[in-house]
Amino acid sequence: MFGYYLDLALRSLRRTPILTGLMVLAIGLGIGASMTMLTVLHVMTDDPMPERSAQLYVPHLNPLPLKGNFFANGHDPSDHLTWPDAMALLKAHRARRQAAMAAGYLLVRPVAAGLRTFYVSGRYATADFFAMFGVPFERGSSWSAADDAASAHVVVLADSLARRLFGSADAIGKMVRLGENDFRVIGVTTDWQPSPLFYADSRAKRYSDRDLFFLPLSTAVDLNLNTDGSADSWGKTPNGDMRSATTAWLQFWVQLDTPMQAAAYKQFLVDYSAQQKSLGRFQRPATNAKLYSLMGWLAHENLVPGDVRLQMWLALGFLLVCIVNVVALLLAKFLRRSGEISVRRALGARRRDIFVQFGIESAVIGVAGGVLGVLIAELGLWSVRHRPDDYAHIAHMDASMLLVTLAFAVFASTMAGLLPAWRACRLAPVLQLKTL
Amino acid sequence: MQLRPILSTLRHHKLTAMLLTLQVALTCAIVCNVAFMIANRIADVSMPTGIAESGLSTIQSIGTDTKQNAQALHETDLAALRAIPGVESAVAVSSALPLNRNDSFGPACPSQQVFDQAMRTSSLFKGGDCPLSSFYDGTPGLLRTLGLQLVAGRDFLPGEYTAKSNPSVAIISRELADRLYPEQDALGKVMILGGNALQVVGVVATLARPELHGMGDGYMSVITPQLPDSTSEIYVLRSAPGDRDRILKAAEAALFRVDPTRVIDPDQVQTYSQIRDAYFQRDTTMIGLLIASALGLLFVTALGIAGLANFWVQQRTRSIGIRRAIGATRGDILHYFQAENFLIVTAGVVLGVLLAIGLNLLLMTHYELRRLPLWYLPIGAAVLWALGQLSVLSPALRATQVPPVVATRSV
Repeated sequence: MFGYYLDLALRSLRRTPILTGLMVLAIGLGIGASMTMLTVLHVMTDDPMPERSAQLYVPHLNPLPLKGNFFANGHDPSDHLTWPDAMALLKAHRARRQAAMAAGYLLVRPVAAGLRTFYVSGRYATADFFAMFGVPFERGSSWSAADDAASAHVVVLADSLARRLFGSADAIGKMVRLGENDFRVIGVTTDWQPSPLFYADSRAKRYSDRDLFFLPLSTAVDLNLNTDGSADSWGKTPNGDMRSATTAWLQFWVQLDTPMQAAAYKQFLVDYSAQQKSLGRFQRPATNAKLYSLMGWLAHENLVPGDVRLQMWLALGFLLVCIVNVVALLLAKFLRRSGEISVRRALGARRRDIFVQFGIESAVIGVAGGVLGVLIAELGLWSVRHRPDDYAHIAHMDASMLLVTLAFAVFASTMAGLLPAWRACRLAPVLQLKTL
Repeated sequence: MQLRPILSTLRHHKLTAMLLTLQVALTCAIVCNVAFMIANRIADVSMPTGIAESGLSTIQSIGTDTKQNAQALHETDLAALRAIPGVESAVAVSSALPLNRNDSFGPACPSQQVFDQAMRTSSLFKGGDCPLSSFYDGTPGLLRTLGLQLVAGRDFLPGEYTAKSNPSVAIISRELADRLYPEQDALGKVMILGGNALQVVGVVATLARPELHGMGDGYMSVITPQLPDSTSEIYVLRSAPGDRDRILKAAEAALFRVDPTRVIDPDQVQTYSQIRDAYFQRDTTMIGLLIASALGLLFVTALGIAGLANFWVQQRTRSIGIRRAIGATRGDILHYFQAENFLIVTAGVVLGVLLAIGLNLLLMTHYELRRLPLWYLPIGAAVLWALGQLSVLSPALRATQVPPVVATRSV
């Protein structure tokens, strides 16, 4: 019967090409606009590390005093750790791996002739950073915990920076001058760029920034190197003292393999806060300590700008109007065929048959609208990619979103067809047949 | 025109008529709010900064030689920049310019007493009597180069500029003057800024902040005679608008001739228009999207009305024929469909106005939208009425062409 109903549907649609075109256009526009924005939202909230994200966590302590206005810069200073807290968590070593990190911004003074000095962004981190995040190395390796302890002057470069400085020559063992100090290159990573750059702080452009160098955090603090993230101080803090207990500026990540380990770590954070409270350093309840999962942290950081959400709601509102439009048109179209329905009913078709017949007709419109919608969404995403925002370049439709779009369109138009189909199958055949 | 036959026909198509009403209502609600958002964003994007923007170019230079003397460097650099043909004037600022997002700000208190009071109640950073204000600095000639308009007082005297110590005088924007000293003359008053006392010697008409920080606080600005004291600075050049691209190229080359070790980021060599466009880029994108979605909505609704009217005309061919046969004129038939459309759209608009207000309240809680001015609603209604009449016109005209003879034919 499906083939027959499909044939009927195509015949019926062909009989009213303009109306069919209008309905396909309405579904296509609505679906295209919605899927453009849903795709943007989808890629912005995507998992940056699908294989590892379940094991990565962010400890969250709250060392802020009870009184004061800490949100002047638009973010919560306790989203970052102070130096003493980060060092305490590192030393406690309660997780399988743990690393403290901060954004760095350094002047590179190339030795090669013809290159001007330039600035690069990178990361100051502790040794576990590479193993925990699975940073892929092209040559050489990362530094050890001993290098951290000794504040060694070593650096790991990303491939593109290594090439810019040393061309095709092997960079390992070469010296590079960053700021006012010389560092020995011990490793070269591939151009690794998780999207979003989940471990960066909220000042970073997390969809476009990437780290071009990595060097030990202890070295950076010893040499007082430039940091490039938010550093919030409270209380009386000597300016620029990064070891201060009242300046929050470090990001901290831990790797916990099982939910049990995560629960134990959470308890450890509460105990640590309680201990700090009894020492008089923390003022807030120890139970304020939190442990965010990677995706939970990204949700907490709220990476999606309000404008993008507004655009999504606008697109969905547009889709709603389009669907109401299609419902009205389908209703008029189906009811106009009451004669045909009545003849079929009188010849023995059940209500269900009529319902299925019209359901298939709406689904056909949905498929056509979905195909049009995919084209419009591709056009929409192309225009999004031409925005200068940092997330613009990742606005691509993947296979899953393509299927979702088509399914969404068929679902939407079938839903739109439900009410008209129901009305059509409720018609009393006798009344209609009389007028024929 | 009698409404009764129309109403009884609509009663036969209750569901379809209701759906069309709903569509008109949703369109009315969304379009009213979207139009309001467009108007707001356009107002944001076209806000004045107070500076003469069209002739300005900027170039950021970062010194890498830590032993350089900043003041000497600035003088040499500025001399080199002023020597470029076409440059009318040039100054150095340490980082802040209107809308360039390099904002450093702090509470500006109208007097020592207010400052002490705010310190005692630790309400200093919460606005109130001491509005958060942005600091501007720069080398002599800043007002002239930026094209700022002094409305009271004077420019800084050469002796007032300091590099290492804190300045003792300031020029403030009129908005800040009105806020700190309402109904009084701001000149000569001593305000407290970041713990330092500054005597107000001049007031400029308008000066926007590097970052606008929401409504009403975008113009709280203070200029001090502080000389930039770092080898990283922004040079601001004034020239004829058409010369700016050439002058920027020449300026970059000139700065590298003075000090080849400095870093100049190509993205930071820009005309002021580029700074402004970058600041409002998201709003401009949003304006485009909002206009497109409003037009899209109206388009789809017009299609819906036209499509449905077309259908009804076909469906009622016979009854139109009968009406024509018993004496209805073409005008009667035309008016019939127009009146029917008017009824449906009116019902939709009434519902739509309520929905528009509801949607506005929702947006106010989530997106800092202001309250929708009520005069948007009648305009939205009028637009939908006009749209409805336009879309129904062609099907209704087709209906008038139905000859009375169809009444005698079987369908």
